[in-house]
Formats: sequence, structure tokens, C-alpha cells
Amino acid sequence: MEMNQYLSIFIDEAGEHLQSLNENMLKLEQAPEDIGIVQVIFRSAHTLKGMSATMGFEDLASLTHDMENVLDLVRNEKLKMNSTIFDTIFQCLDSLEGMVQDVVNGGTGKADVSALVEQLKAIVRGEAPGSSAAASASASDKPMVATEMLLDQYQLSVLEQSIDSGLSVFHVEVFIRDDCVLKAVRAYMVFDLLEKNGEVVKSHPSVQDIEQDKFEKSFSVYYISRISQEELTASILKVSEIESVTVLPVDRSVLEELDQSKEATSQQSFQAVRETAAGAAATAPSGAEAAKPAAKAADAAPRTAAAGGAAASGRTIRVDIERLDTLMNLFSELLIDRARLEQLASEVRRGDLTETVEHMARVSSDLQNIVLKLRMVPVESVFNRFPRMVRDLAKSLDKKLDLVITGAETELDRTVIDEIGDPLVHLIRNSVDHGVEQPAARAAAGKSETGTVQLRAFHSGNHVFIEIEDDGGGINRPKVTEIAIKRGVITQEEAKKLSDDELNMLIFAPGFSTADKISDISGRGVGLDVVKSKIESLGGSVSVTSELGKGSRFTIQLPLTLSIISAMLIKLGSEKFAIPLSSIVETAAIRRDEIRDLQGNKVIQYRNSVIPVVSLAEVLNSPDYREDGEAETETVIIRKGDKMAAVLVDEFITQGEVVLKTLGNYLGNQKLISGATILGDGQVALIVDPNSLIK
Amino acid sequence: MAEELKVIVFALGQEEYGIEVDKVRTIERMMPITRVPKTPAFVKGVINLRGIVIPVIDLRGRFGLEETAESDNSRIIIVAVNELEVGFIVDSANDVIDIMDDTIDVPPEVVGGIKAKYLSGVAKIGDNRLLILLNLSEVLNRSEIIQLEQFGE
Repeated sequence: MEMNQYLSIFIDEAGEHLQSLNENMLKLEQAPEDIGIVQVIFRSAHTLKGMSATMGFEDLASLTHDMENVLDLVRNEKLKMNSTIFDTIFQCLDSLEGMVQDVVNGGTGKADVSALVEQLKAIVRGEAPGSSAAASASASDKPMVATEMLLDQYQLSVLEQSIDSGLSVFHVEVFIRDDCVLKAVRAYMVFDLLEKNGEVVKSHPSVQDIEQDKFEKSFSVYYISRISQEELTASILKVSEIESVTVLPVDRSVLEELDQSKEATSQQSFQAVRETAAGAAATAPSGAEAAKPAAKAADAAPRTAAAGGAAASGRTIRVDIERLDTLMNLFSELLIDRARLEQLASEVRRGDLTETVEHMARVSSDLQNIVLKLRMVPVESVFNRFPRMVRDLAKSLDKKLDLVITGAETELDRTVIDEIGDPLVHLIRNSVDHGVEQPAARAAAGKSETGTVQLRAFHSGNHVFIEIEDDGGGINRPKVTEIAIKRGVITQEEAKKLSDDELNMLIFAPGFSTADKISDISGRGVGLDVVKSKIESLGGSVSVTSELGKGSRFTIQLPLTLSIISAMLIKLGSEKFAIPLSSIVETAAIRRDEIRDLQGNKVIQYRNSVIPVVSLAEVLNSPDYREDGEAETETVIIRKGDKMAAVLVDEFITQGEVVLKTLGNYLGNQKLISGATILGDGQVALIVDPNSLIK
Repeated sequence: MAEELKVIVFALGQEEYGIEVDKVRTIERMMPITRVPKTPAFVKGVINLRGIVIPVIDLRGRFGLEETAESDNSRIIIVAVNELEVGFIVDSANDVIDIMDDTIDVPPEVVGGIKAKYLSGVAKIGDNRLLILLNLSEVLNRSEIIQLEQFGE
């Protein structure tokens, strides 16, 4: 299908619109009166509807369409937002997300949305509590055409065409007798009759509602009829228990009127948009010039900001990550050629050649920075789903919660970003469920009823830190210890030796859960250990600090990027290897006579402890180097957790950033080698996995 | 109806072999190879092919033939099958020919010392030229490497 090429664009954009819908709905929940936000939401919903319809995802389109109807009333101030409407729209967003996800997974994006559509329609009709007043007020000033009987463009054109082709169109209103017991049955009989002699274009209440008895004593339809007005009236009246029926012929002029009344509504909204825009435009310059925070300027500020945000998001393009990888590969080729050119230039010794090569070197190092930065993505793309998640969690747990996000602009490698989402979800759920207490308990402890979960991201050195901090109950260490002993994670004796921080880390042990009750949010005993191993597989680490009664803080440390690491290049005879700097404690030269033999294992004394000595040449079967003959050997001290080892090497070459590459699928996972890198001379150097050297 | 098949022809010792042209990415001259420790002997190591690290195996070693020193004619044929990219070291590679698929016969049990399961057929070209076609997915079968790796420990 030729639509396929647009599918990925659709998926990306639908995701963005849903995200923006979620975000703005949350904002609106904080400020339900701000029509500016409603406008933004409306536009997103509208675009999403258009996209879905174009791509043929009808369920998506129909649900967004009804959402739009609700939002339309809200932005025209005919309807006030209330918690029912918020919940319904949030449910719709979830359902939409589900459908988009289905499309992502190759599905057709179909889902049963009729229940939600009905809820939305009920809201539009003003049946939801607290909204009826506003809706009926607007309906009252247009006597014949009630708001709820507004026809959409499609229905209007159907009626128009019917009139043009000589069929008669009627507006039929049927009143059922007060003493009728089975209204729905009578209504059904009327519909049956109508269907026999023509076509019902629109009915109010909807056919489903009528079937389910959800109407008072009357209902009305727009009807394309094959029989005359008199015949129609007579035949409807033949149905028992019908009190009266009014059949009004509908002609072109009535239709135009209908169309105009709809036009008027949208005209009104356009007006509103224009005013908002004008207001923002007018206040922005004055605010900049005068810098006096007048009340009006402050009022308009959020809108201006929203407009600015939209402009910023338009300045990016989507690039397939594979293209970036290709770019990276091509660039490393270029670096190799640069090294060769530099070599040649130094041999040829011609001034202008040397100059040109130097200039090229400078340009290419700038280029390198940019190429590397291209892979970096703000963590925002992961963080932005959390406000919604925390809101829903808090609701389902009856807790009051604020999620404070800082540092969302911090950048991380795309590959890390893709993987870090799930562990974060887990930790945040953990904080919300186990950390923050119920409002009553919080009040009793003298804290504000609303708990706070802080989500922070920041750079430090070569790492990015993500912290999740709650002001809840903190980790109950005696309880943790007790459970850990009961579950066989540690023994009584071991427990006595552990520090507070080490006790805290017990919650990351496999098969551990401190929750008294199992909830569906967290606490099945699987989880935190998975979080830990996931983060470690990304080359990061996780730790936790906690104070009883005051809260806990989880800190995740991640490498800036997975594609580039700092490494020490070493030599073993003719071969070169790289050792990741993150595992190296220090380098040293040790004398042969310092190495002792302890029951067949070679060890050395290193700062008050005895650590094993590993001969890298022996482990890697080096063809042309053994350190045996040397009086003094270059040594790298490496660390894995709290274990250390001294690794004997031939020679240190240099340390620097290397581009990490895989060895390819054919060789699969090697135990000793974690990957490869390409050196300046174009040769491949293998990266040693230091963890495999420590037993 | 016989269909035409385009194959790259290469030599190992006295025999001529063929690989379908659509499975071959490029043919390279010999280049420096970085040894990867703790791998089967026929895995010669990895090369840098324009920024991509690709493993290289010696086809002679893979088929249990005697390995020889590389010459000026030695080539590395980079093949891509089942999401695997691997380089084959061969004695020489110098021809692309068309063969009709009705000239391909089932391989005899042992051809040039190579087990039949690594072969997909033998094609007759002209009167006295035989071309042995490789069954690449069997040649690149990873389970065999895994066995060899475990054997080495």
C-alpha cells in the first residue's frame, strides 16, 4: 500500500500530538478556566483527527471527532470543564494511545470506542452533572435548531443532495404517551417504520441511547423520506401509545440556516483565536520594552510562551537513526584519512600543504563534535510521560502528589534514552506506591498532605545523573533486614556487618519486596532487581539513600553515550587493546619480585590489601609477548564493584575517546572482548572487558 | 524453464567455487586483520571495512583444508546472509559467470574434501569445468562455532 511511506510519519506525529494533548490536559486541570489551553488542545485533537482519517484509521478519527465536539463547546464557553469531563478525555487519550500503539505494532488501529464515544456525546448533550446549565443556556436562544441537533458537514451534504434529487426531507419529532411502559419498544417500532420508508440521517438522542431507554418522552430525527408528509404522519400515529408527531419539511433554506448556525459557532471560535493571538502579540512587545510586570501582561504571558514553544518544535527534522550511524561510520573513515594525510604532509614538508591539512584537522574535529551531538536527545522525551502517569497513580491510590521535574533538557545518547524509560517508570511507581504515604498518615506525621516526587536530571563530568526523590516514609531498614534474612538474601551475621547504605541496597536484591500488600502498581517482588540489572547493562549504576520518615532518593548514574567511551590503549607485543577507563583505578609499574605466589595464585600487595595479578598476555593468548622476562612490568589496577585486580600489560600507548563498535553478529558475545574500535591508522583494536578479568 | 544464475567464482586450491552474486557485498584485497582471542582457528579476526568491523574467516580452515600463506591473489569476499556479515579469505576471486540452474547437480558426498552439507550443488560449465556452489547459511552456521568455542575451553 502506498500509504506505507507515510505510516512512520503518522506514528511519530500522532505520538507527538497525544503527548501534547496529555500535557495540556494536565495544565488545564490546574487552570480549568484558561481557554487558551483549550484552544491548543482543540488544535492538536483536530490535527490528529485529520491525520487519522487520511490514513484510514476510522476508530481513531471518530473518537477524536467526538472529543473535538466536547472541546469545541468548552472553548466557546458553552461548557465548563469538570472532573467527569477530564476523566473521560483522559480515558479517550489512553484509548487513542492504545490504538496508535496497535498501528505501531502493525495492527489496524481498530478498537471498540463506542462506550467512550457515547460518554462524549452525553457530555455534549449536557447530560454530565454540572455541565447542563451552560449547554442548555446556549441552546435556548436558537429555538428550532437545538445545539445537539446540529448536523455535521457530511450529514448536511447528504440532506442537500437528497433535496436536490427530489426526495423529501423531514424533521420528525415524536412524542410518546406519558403512561407508556416500554418507551424503547415504541421508539423501535417508529424507527422500524421509518427505515422501511426512507433513511434516518440523524437522531437525537442517538439510536443507541433510545434503544437503551435513555430518553425522556420524545425524540427527533432528520429523515429522508420516500413517502409524503401526510402518509408519514399517519403511519407513525398508527403505532400505539404515540401521543403526537410533528413532521416539518426541510428544504434548502432551512438547511442553509442550519449550516449558518454551525458557521456562527465556528466563527465565534475563530474570533476567540484571533483575539488571543492579538492579545499575545500586543502584550509581548510592551512587556519587552517596559519590563514592568503589569497584570495584563502577566495574564497573556503563558499564551505567548505556548506560541514560542510551538515555533521551537518546528525547527527540528526527523532522521532515521541508521543514517546517523552511517554518518558516524563515514566520518570515522574520514578521520583515518586525515591521520594519513597528516603523516604524508609531515613527510613532504611543504608549507601550504601542512597548512591545509592543519585546517582540515580543525574542521574535522568540529565536525566530530557535531556528529556526536546528533545522537544526543534531551531526556525530556522520556520524562514527559511521567506527569500523566503520576496523576493516574495518585488518583488510583487516593494520594495527593506533585511531580517536580527539573533538568529535562539534559541530553543523553539516543540508545540510552530508548532503554532508560522502563527502569524509570519502575522507580517512580515505587516512590509513589511505597514511598509517599496516604494523606492522613502524612498529616499525622506533620507533613503537608500533598507528597512531592522530584525527578531530576543533570550532567556531571562524563556522566548523566537521574535522581528520583520522594518526601515519603523512607526505607524502614530493620524491616528490610528482617525480610532479607527471611528470604535468604543475606544471613543474620552478614546483616550485622552491613552499613546503612548497604542495607538500603538490599531492596535491589532479586526476589525482594517490602510491600505488605501486593498492589498492581508495584510490589510483586520482581522489579527493583530488574531495574538494577537494566541500568548496569547500560553501563550505569544505581544507588539509594534514605532517611526514615523523611524520604528516599534513588540516584542513577549513566554514561553520556554508549557509542563513545574513554579508554586506555595498551600494547601486548604487536597487538593493541583498549581498556575502558571507567574500570581503571590507576596505572603503576610493579617489580617482578613484588609478585608472590599464594597457593598457586599470583598476588601482590596493594594499599593494605592483597589483590590477584592477571597476565593479560596469557589470558588473551598473545602470540608474541610474555612479561615473564621483565624485571618491572606496566600494570593497570582495575576494579569491579569492591574487587580489584592488577593486570599486567606490555606498554601504555595513550588514553582517549574511542568509538565503540560491535564485533558483528557472527562472532556474537565474546567473554573477554566487549567490542572493537578503529584506531587512527585504520586498524581495529579490541576492547577488553575488565569485568571478565576479575573472578 | 531453466533460470539463469549469476555467481562470483573463486578458487580454493585446485577447485572452483561459486556464491550467488546477490549475497556478495564486495570483494577486497587482503588487509590487516586483528586477531580475536578465544575463537576457533579458522576465525582469522576482524577487519575495518570502511568504518564497520567485520569478522573474517579462512574458508580453507572452515572446510578443514590445509591453510596456506596468503598471496597477491588472495581476496576477502564479504558476504551478507541472514543478517550476518562475514568476510571469506579465498585464494583468488576473478570471475562472474552466468549458469543455468538446470546444469546444477546434487553434490556428491565429498567434493574437494568438503562435506556435502556445506554445498548446495555442482554446476557443469563447458566440457570439463566444474563449479561448486556453497550453501552459505550452513557455512555460516553459528551453532557450530558455539560448539567449537565450548570445545576450546
